[in-house]
Amino acid sequence: MTREQFRPADHPNEHFILTTVVGSYPKPKWLDRARGLRDDPEADFGEAEWAEATDDAARLITTEHERAGLDVVCDGEMRRNEMVEYFAERIPGYEFNGPVKVWGHNYFDKPSVTREVEYGERWLGAEYEFASEVAARPVKVPITGPYTLASWSFNEAYEDDAALAYALADLVAREVEELVAAGARYVQIDEPALATTPDDHAIVGECLERIAADVPDDVRLGLHVCYGDYSRIYPEMLEFPVDEFDLELANGDYEQLDVFTEHEFTKDLALGVTDVHVGDVESVEEIEANVRKGLDVVPPERLTVSPDCGLKLLPREVAYGKMANMVAAARAVERDLDAGAIEGGEPASAD
Amino acid sequence: MTHLLASTPGLFPLPDWAKNRLGDLKGHQKEGLVHGEESEAVAGVYGEARAEVIERQREAGLDRIVEGQLRWDDMLAHPLCIHDAVETRGIVRYYDNNNFYREPVVVDELGFDGDVAAELDAASELLADADAGGGDAEGHSDGGDADDGTASRGDGALQAVLPGPYSLAELATDEHYGDAAAFLDAVGDFLADEVKAFPDVETLFLSEPSLVVDPPGAGADERASAAIDRVAGATDADVVCQTYWGALDERVHAHLLDADVDAVGYDLLTEHEASMYNINEYGTKEDIALGVVDGQNTLIEEPETIAERVAWVRENSAAAFDTIHATPNTGLFYLPVGKFEAKLDALGEAVALQGVRA
Repeated sequence: MTREQFRPADHPNEHFILTTVVGSYPKPKWLDRARGLRDDPEADFGEAEWAEATDDAARLITTEHERAGLDVVCDGEMRRNEMVEYFAERIPGYEFNGPVKVWGHNYFDKPSVTREVEYGERWLGAEYEFASEVAARPVKVPITGPYTLASWSFNEAYEDDAALAYALADLVAREVEELVAAGARYVQIDEPALATTPDDHAIVGECLERIAADVPDDVRLGLHVCYGDYSRIYPEMLEFPVDEFDLELANGDYEQLDVFTEHEFTKDLALGVTDVHVGDVESVEEIEANVRKGLDVVPPERLTVSPDCGLKLLPREVAYGKMANMVAAARAVERDLDAGAIEGGEPASAD
Repeated sequence: MTHLLASTPGLFPLPDWAKNRLGDLKGHQKEGLVHGEESEAVAGVYGEARAEVIERQREAGLDRIVEGQLRWDDMLAHPLCIHDAVETRGIVRYYDNNNFYREPVVVDELGFDGDVAAELDAASELLADADAGGGDAEGHSDGGDADDGTASRGDGALQAVLPGPYSLAELATDEHYGDAAAFLDAVGDFLADEVKAFPDVETLFLSEPSLVVDPPGAGADERASAAIDRVAGATDADVVCQTYWGALDERVHAHLLDADVDAVGYDLLTEHEASMYNINEYGTKEDIALGVVDGQNTLIEEPETIAERVAWVRENSAAAFDTIHATPNTGLFYLPVGKFEAKLDALGEAVALQGVRA
């Protein structure tokens, strides 16, 4: 069981609903200013100053996650810029040619794969090692999945996007191996691109096979898929070699929950219980009701709760409020389960 | 003799300097997007950028020059998104790309607008000024004969680009007309009226990706063709109905040929065999447009490669064509600016080779 290792020693309830985040978190404003200085050739601000600034931000946000009461924390991806660029900058074989439009005046530095991709320097070693040194709680490592890294790039070098995705999967597998060697016990593969092209779920499955092949049993492997038509990938996705699926369901007001009850959910569910597209902090009661919806799908010992998606576009105090209320809601549901006030309180069998 | 033209289906990326200046002026939220009445400062940036992309197409030696549609924040949906009878709502996905546009919801009768005509007037003036000044364009305007009977007309004339009525209706939501047939007719009439207000253009491209990716069913296919016919009938220009992201269903293709357009455009990048099958099995118009440059990949094709793609169609087609429009398969806003410009150059050079080796 990969999950019990994350139960804090001082956990107050018998039931344990694991609370965590998807990954990204609003950056402190001073870190954005520091990035501006780093990119300004006129400024007296070099790599050493930048390293200090990112360490400070990582420490600040990791402890902010702990203060919110999360069982598993991360550093809010303070060292990363965007979810594809950050990795593409570290993978030989990628090059950047300038911004492309996403919508309106919002652009993305979509990189091009111009030759065979290779594993060069480590991608997340510093991030994981620093955060786990700072944190008293276990640290989760979110990592952009190979299918998304392939789909959100221009492919100049491989026969098709599947071939590129498989090549990238081998690199992700290598990075996961490094992270595990460094002590990581909770790795989450992020595949937002799967939500837009669900017909490619078999390609994602093959990528995950390559990544999971050498991951030890005591390492928890999760998959995050953003909001989309989940009926087009479920129940097929249950075949993926991961322990847990992290799904964005609060955003659609749980209209798709039925999808997951029609066919038994045989993996752990990390349920999105606060909506990251809403600028208000939901009340503890409101989030509690969302947490309980997860119990319609899996028994409590297979339920994780997190915000729907990364929190980075929210104001920082709102992001914090959502995390803190989410933890309070999970603890309240655990108490009700302990008291037998909720059906499903008894550990359920997998059938 | 076949005339070979280098052309594009528009939807260009903004120059990077304009991305930055417009981001500052308009902001990054949907409230700031173009609604038809921009401030002088915003209009000024678009004017400068328009002049730049027109000059850039002339430099590349393209035979048809488009306005670039740099103001089209909502890609093909623009003519509705800025219309008075339309409300824009949430941001929705643009086909299955990682791009988004404001959902246009038609809430009243679609009357004449004139927005696209105004853009084309501005482009037309810029072209006239450039011609008067001699310009430094290298348009291959000699029209000389090539060994294989291919010539380039190369007059750098103005080309208009619009969404086809079927795609535009598919991208929008109707809350006024009440049924799909009436809505498609209304969108067709609206576009026809817009076209009537255009300045003189040599060619009109109607982009119809939805005919491929979201094909009309029985009955709707005939209506789509009739709507396209109505828009085409509103101009004396040569009309090209550009289809992309795959090949047309046979039935949709057959109906499309009933529309009085001068050419159908086929996407040779995504499904060349199926496109070729349609061309030979059902015939096509006397002119043809060929998507032979990948509008969504930064890999810059060699001019020879582009020429070979055109030659492949000529070799495998049962018919000869009066005019071939060689184009990127899609609009070009997907690309970083440097790569976009390199694509224009490669296309211009491919056509200038003239010896599109048959």
